[in-house]
Amino acid sequence: MDLRFTPEEIAFRQEVRAFIRDNLPADIHAKMKLGHGPSKEDTVRWQRILNAKAWAGLSWPKQWGGPGWTAIQKMIFLEENQMAPAPELSSFNITMIGPVLLQFGTEEQKQRFLPRAANLDDWWCQGFSEPGAGSDLASLKTAAKLDGDHYVVNGQKIWTSTAHHADWCFLLVRTNPNARKRQEGISFLLVDMKTPGITVRPIISIDGSHHLNEVFFDDVKVPVSLRVHEENKGWDVAKFLLGNERTGIARLGKSRERVDASIDMARKVNMNGQPLIADPAFRQRVAQLQVDMKALEITQYRVVSAYDKAGGGRPDPLSSVLKVKGTELLQATTELAVDVAGPMATPIWAAELAAMNEPDDMLEASSASVGSYLFLRAASIYGGTNEIQKNILTKAVLGL
Amino acid sequence: MDFEPSDEQRLLLESVSRLLADNYSFAQRKTYLARPEGFSSEMWGKFAELGLLGLPFAEQYGGFGGGAQEIMLVMQAFGRVLVLEPFLSTIVLCGTAIKVAGSEAQKITLLPAIAEGGRKLAFAHSERQARYDLTDVVTTAKQNGSGWLLDGSKTVVSHGETADQLIVSARTAGERYDEDGITLFLVDAAAPGVARRGYATRDETRAADISLSNAHGEVLGEVGKGLAIIEKIVEAGIAATAAETIGAMEAMNEMTLEYSKTRVQFGQPIGSYQVVQHRLSDMFMAQEQGRSMAMLATMSVDNPDDAERRHDFALAKVGVGQAGRYVSQSAVQMHGGIGMTEEYAVGHYFRRCMVIERLFGDPAYYLQRLANEIG
Repeated sequence: MDLRFTPEEIAFRQEVRAFIRDNLPADIHAKMKLGHGPSKEDTVRWQRILNAKAWAGLSWPKQWGGPGWTAIQKMIFLEENQMAPAPELSSFNITMIGPVLLQFGTEEQKQRFLPRAANLDDWWCQGFSEPGAGSDLASLKTAAKLDGDHYVVNGQKIWTSTAHHADWCFLLVRTNPNARKRQEGISFLLVDMKTPGITVRPIISIDGSHHLNEVFFDDVKVPVSLRVHEENKGWDVAKFLLGNERTGIARLGKSRERVDASIDMARKVNMNGQPLIADPAFRQRVAQLQVDMKALEITQYRVVSAYDKAGGGRPDPLSSVLKVKGTELLQATTELAVDVAGPMATPIWAAELAAMNEPDDMLEASSASVGSYLFLRAASIYGGTNEIQKNILTKAVLGL
Repeated sequence: MDFEPSDEQRLLLESVSRLLADNYSFAQRKTYLARPEGFSSEMWGKFAELGLLGLPFAEQYGGFGGGAQEIMLVMQAFGRVLVLEPFLSTIVLCGTAIKVAGSEAQKITLLPAIAEGGRKLAFAHSERQARYDLTDVVTTAKQNGSGWLLDGSKTVVSHGETADQLIVSARTAGERYDEDGITLFLVDAAAPGVARRGYATRDETRAADISLSNAHGEVLGEVGKGLAIIEKIVEAGIAATAAETIGAMEAMNEMTLEYSKTRVQFGQPIGSYQVVQHRLSDMFMAQEQGRSMAMLATMSVDNPDDAERRHDFALAKVGVGQAGRYVSQSAVQMHGGIGMTEEYAVGHYFRRCMVIERLFGDPAYYLQRLANEIG
C-alpha cells in the first residue's frame, strides 16, 4: 500500500494544470468562471487543442491517439480540467463510443470513426432511452428490420442530449422481438444523423436550455456494416458502455469548482452586516462538503487504482458508489452556489437585461449559478438513476 | 497510489484473522468480559506471541518495524470482533508517545517489555472540564529536587485501571489553554499518591478516573513541549480507531445482510423488499466512504506538513464518525426488535462505534475546526 500520490503523479498534475492555464482560450475561461456552460463551439475548440496534444483520448491506447495514461492520471486530468474550469471532453465521443469501438468495433469502424471522434470532427449522441424505456432500458421498442445490406429503423428515442448538435448517433434497437429474454434481441447501430427519416425535436429543460431532444426514426436506412458487435448482442455493448460511463461520472472537479466559486462569492455578499463567509452556518456547510468531497476523491482513486491493477476489464461495482455519491455532491455544491447567490439567483440575466446594467460579474455569476443547479437535477437521473445504482449494488455487491 | 496490501501485510492480516476466528467468537468474548479486568490476559499473551504488541516498534526494541498501515490492518480486524484488550491504549497511544518522545533509556526499558506483553500502559490526558480541547490541562507538576510531583485529576482513562504505568499530561508552566507548558510524565500506577477508580464504559471496556496527589512522575519528552507529542498520540489514535470503526461497520453490514436473507415477513425474506435493499446499499456506501477516510487518516500519520495533516485528520474524523453512526443506527433499525437486545451482537457494535466517535473529539468538534479554516 502506498496511499500517497507518487512524485510522478504530482508532477503530472502540475503539468496538466500548467497546460490548461497556458492553452485554454481566455474567452472560454472567463465565461465558465462566471458559471456559464460552454457552447458547442467552445467544447469543439478546447477538445481540438487537447487532441493536438494527444490528450483527448483519455483511456484510449496510444495507437488510436490516446495519451497512454494510467487510470489515476486520467482522473487527475479530469479533475484539473473541471476545476480550471474548462469545457469537458465530449463524453459521448471519448468515454462512450470510443471505448465501445475499441472493444467491439471492426478495424474499418475504428479507422473511420475513432480519429474523428477524438478531434470532435463528429459530434456523437446517445440513442438509448425511449418514452417507455428509461430505467428499464431493456424494454426498448425502436425496431430495426434487416433488409438486404441494411437495417430499416422505426421508432422514437427521448432525452437525447445534444442530438441537435450531433453528426452521429449510437443507437440501441430491437432486432429480434421474439427473443427468449428481452436483452437478447437488441443490437447496437451507428447512425448518420443526416440520414433521411430522422427528425430531431427540442425538449427545453427546467434551466431553460436546449440540451435534450426527442429523436424520431421513420424508415431510416442503416447499413449493416454500421452495426457494432453481433446482431442481438447489443445489450453486452450497452452494459460495457454504461459501466464505463459510471467511472467518470463522479465529476469531482466540478464539485470542487462550484465550492470554490461559492466561497469566492460568499466573500462579496453580506449576511446580517458582515460577509457571508463569516457566517458559522455557511462555514459548517462548506466544511461538510469538504469532508464528502475528500471521501469521494479517495473512493474514486481506489476504484481506478483497482481498475489499473486488473488491467482494465469489467468495471468495479464500486463505480455505482461513485455515481450516487458523486452526483449527490454535484447537486449539493450547485445548491450551495444558489443559496449564496440569494435573491440575486432569481433574475434571468438574459443578454438584454445585462445590456441595461453595467457589466456586473457578481450578478451574472449569481444568475448563472441557478443554471447548473437546475440542470444538474438530472445528474441523479442520467446514466442510470441513483435508485438503479442502488439496485446494481444490491445485486452485485450484496448478492440479494 | 496503491491501495493493495503487500504480501507481508496480507500474511499479517491472515494470521490476526485466524487467531481471532479461533478465539473471539461473540460467546468467547462474553467470557473475557466477565473477568475482573474486563478482558483476557491469555489473549494479550497470544497477541504478544504473534508479535502484535511489538508491531510498530523498531527491531532493536523487540519490535517488528511496522507502521500506521499495519496498525490499520490489525485494528480493522479487531473492530470486526470487538476486541477488548488494551491494544489501543498500550500499543497505539502510549507506544506512539514513547516512540516519538522517549529517551533511548526509556525506549530500552519500556518497548521490549510492552512487546513481550509484560507491561501495559494507559494514556491519562483528558480532564473533566476539558471536553475535547487538548490544551485544557490544569493538572500540575512541580519540580522537587531531581524529580517531579504531580497533582490533579484525569478522567475516562481507557484501561487506566489495569495499566502498570500511566502517561500523564500536566502543566509545568503557563495557564489553562496555553499551548506551551504542558509536559508528559511516566507515572507508576502503583506509586504513592495515585488513586484509581475504575468503571465500565458504554462499550463494555473499562476506564478509570485517576487522581494524583504528590505523585512522582518521570519526564517523557521535553519539558513544556508536550502538546506536540499529545497531538501525535491523538492522531495515531484517530487513525487506529478509524480502522476499528471500519471493521465494526463491516461486521454490522454482514450481520444485517445475513439477517435480511433469513428473516421472513409477509411470506418473503425482508431482503427481497427494495426499501430494505436500498437501505443496505446506503449502509454499504457509508462503509466504503468511511473506509476511504480511514485510509486518509492512516496515510496522514507520517505526513510532515502540519497544516495539511491536521486538516486531513479533521476530515477523516468527521467522515468516519458520521459513517459509523449511520451504519450503526441503520443496522439496529434493519434488525428490528432483536437489534435492541443485549443478547444480540449488533447493539454491542453500535455502542463501540458511539464510544469511538467521542474519543479524541467528535465529528461536530472537527467540523467546527474545518469551518474555522475556511476563508
